[in-house]
Amino acid sequence: MSAVAVIVTVLLAAAGGLTLTRIIRGPSILDRAVATDVLLAVIVAAIATEAAYSRDATALPVLVVLAVLGFVGSVSVARFAARRNDTSTSATSDGSRR
Amino acid sequence: MSLDVAVDVAASICLIAGALLSLAAGIALVRFPDLLTRMHAAAKPQVLGLLLVLVGCALRLRTGVDITTLVLVGAFSLATAPVAAHMVGRAAYPHEDIRTDLLVTDELAAHLDRVAEEREHSAAA
Amino acid sequence: MRSDPPTQPTDPARPPLSRTARRRNQVVAVTALVAVWVLLWGTLSWANIIGGLVVAAVLLAVFPLPPVTFAGRVRPLPLLRFWLHFLRDLVVASAQVAWLAVRVGPTPRSAIIAARLRVNTDLNLTLTAEALSLLPGSLILEADRRTGTLYIHVLGVTSRDEVERFRRGVLELEARIIEAIGSPEELRRVRETPADREGVPA
Repeated sequence: MSAVAVIVTVLLAAAGGLTLTRIIRGPSILDRAVATDVLLAVIVAAIATEAAYSRDATALPVLVVLAVLGFVGSVSVARFAARRNDTSTSATSDGSRR
Repeated sequence: MSLDVAVDVAASICLIAGALLSLAAGIALVRFPDLLTRMHAAAKPQVLGLLLVLVGCALRLRTGVDITTLVLVGAFSLATAPVAAHMVGRAAYPHEDIRTDLLVTDELAAHLDRVAEEREHSAAA
Repeated sequence: MRSDPPTQPTDPARPPLSRTARRRNQVVAVTALVAVWVLLWGTLSWANIIGGLVVAAVLLAVFPLPPVTFAGRVRPLPLLRFWLHFLRDLVVASAQVAWLAVRVGPTPRSAIIAARLRVNTDLNLTLTAEALSLLPGSLILEADRRTGTLYIHVLGVTSRDEVERFRRGVLELEARIIEAIGSPEELRRVRETPADREGVPA
């Protein structure tokens, strides 16, 4: 089981690193929101793997909170970006798309 | 091979597959050309990857209380991920940099043009 | 582009709910909320169930849900078939997107496709959109409630043929959902218009 833990850790660390480069490079705020969502998924996988490795369920409530919070985060960023776009462009079609 | 070992092996396979999907999503995030294609990459660890990791975790923990919590995590994620994706996609579509040269067809642009036309029409009347 | 579909755009059916339908919606919502509450605590006890009932009552009073018209009934076997098919699609699509990410070659092309559903109810539109956006490789950009049309961004499409094939796939997914939970009338409409004849935007 510890070999599995090492493999999963390496894979998740690489995934997290690649995701971080996308968060840093952007270019738009929505790109960063999507990448942050993926980073959150990687973190959830890491916590769940830790719980599976040590057979210890202490961290499981954290997963429930993360599953809900990630959603709130990216929805609010999307709303913010949509409203900013509405005011900055002439908004030909957006009024009817709400 | 006892049942215990078999279940542990299954759990390991699930965990590694989930981690591989996360890695593929990371690679895709860096390599894909625009926001919408990157969102496809994001859906992968959020749905199948997450389910695999949760199944792996449940196979290791094997107690009722923990499994109910894991079921809840899965249900919440599956219910909320499409909403978030739809909000982001909708905020992105006409404004952000979409590589239209890579699109085979764009049937939404025609729809938005039609909606704008109808609005102008009703405003003029 | 092909010719217009035979049916005119119609508003989703939204008849005023009868008292029994509203009561049934409330019972379903309370049951679901209590189930979540009990799962959160992890143990089935009277204290948890009563606490869950109190929380559910407060939630429903403070955040009332928009009415959902559910005219059909649940058919277990087609529902199981839908889930199995969905899981298979999930695995296949994840593998495809992962392969697109790691392969060496040109940047993948994509398409934005309009798929017009045959049954234009809020529930069907929502469920089909949910299922589609859970699958990697397809992403809902816009849903037109008036005509019941979904605008879907699809990854890894290279030709018009594949566009049409994907549109058929969406309608087959819709048919599986209707088979599982649709009303007899909706089921008849889906069976009358096979997937290869519909789905072109008006």
